[in-house]
Amino acid sequence: MLLHVDFRYAIGASLVSVIATSSGAAAAYVREGYSNIRVGIFLEVATTVGALVGAAIAGVIPTSALGILFGIMLLYSAYRMFRSNDDHPPSTAPDPLATRLRLNSSYPTSAGMQAYAVEGVLAGFGLMFVAGVVSALLGIGSGVVKVLAMDRTMKLPFKVSTTTSNFMIGVTAAASAGVYLHRGYIEPAVALPVMIGVLSGALVGARMLTTASTRWLRVLFTAVVVVLAVEMLYKGATGAL
Amino acid sequence: MSEGNAGGTSEAPRLSDHALDQVIGRLLQIGVLVAALVVVVGGIALLSRYGGMPADFRSFRSEPSELSTLGGIVRGAYHLDSPAIVQLGLVLLIATPIMRVGLTLIAFWWQRDRLYMSITAFVLMLLVYSLFWGRA
Repeated sequence: MLLHVDFRYAIGASLVSVIATSSGAAAAYVREGYSNIRVGIFLEVATTVGALVGAAIAGVIPTSALGILFGIMLLYSAYRMFRSNDDHPPSTAPDPLATRLRLNSSYPTSAGMQAYAVEGVLAGFGLMFVAGVVSALLGIGSGVVKVLAMDRTMKLPFKVSTTTSNFMIGVTAAASAGVYLHRGYIEPAVALPVMIGVLSGALVGARMLTTASTRWLRVLFTAVVVVLAVEMLYKGATGAL
Repeated sequence: MSEGNAGGTSEAPRLSDHALDQVIGRLLQIGVLVAALVVVVGGIALLSRYGGMPADFRSFRSEPSELSTLGGIVRGAYHLDSPAIVQLGLVLLIATPIMRVGLTLIAFWWQRDRLYMSITAFVLMLLVYSLFWGRA
């Protein structure tokens, strides 16, 4: 990749950076009361199983093909994200399964606590399994897929989706990081600078979340997705993955 | 009707949810700080010893068992082997989301929420299995 590090070392270091991002920003996110722990832990069943499946098949699937597929998917998701110009109104029509699992909740807004319902539970659960597999295969947090599943399919408010995703990416990454540690993918000298850099970045970013508007967040998010997609497509096409 | 029901049952625990979340967030921050501290200490030792040597990570050779098993890492760190100290910090970091799930389990137990206790316990089991045995 950029610094000529073997893909397996890069996966290991990348998963470490995902965990550092997730845990490093946790305290700041939690303080604001956006994240929905029940939604998070319920969906973690799908992502951890997915991550372990992904780690198991990691050697079999050609990663260049996966990178291209993932790049296309990201571009599509960015397009959809860009088209909706503001946060959708909170859902009031809960999935019966969401009610049974007590997933519906409320979150703080400028006008006080706002209740929201959760839709598409099974579809979201399925997408999370895919997110888990992809996370393990590519060594990423799959936060983008997770946010899309929660924001678009399950109709959670955007800030609830992003903060709950922050909780989830660390857990997903930890599932495959354990397997990769035993396979010798985690090299201290590669992971060390990555971890220190990410930790400092995450601490700054979490402080900005509460003041940033949803619209601005979405534009930034779209930009990140597009950059990621182009990078994936390029690496997949040139066989750099 | 179902909405009123959902609101009624979630109102009381919702507050303690947030208080518990804050405790969990604080503990996680401490965990990350401890992990970062171990990594930095090991990193300084690593750089002072191997810093001058050119490193090549283009080709993959699996890490030796001293750096890829929990027992080996702890033994190495105990003998002040600098790569093992960094690796110990990384393992501590990998353990923070697992700790988070463990604390969430305690939080659900606190609330006598059996359904979510079993869901959380299942996730925790998978994570512990992965970190300690590492077979997927």
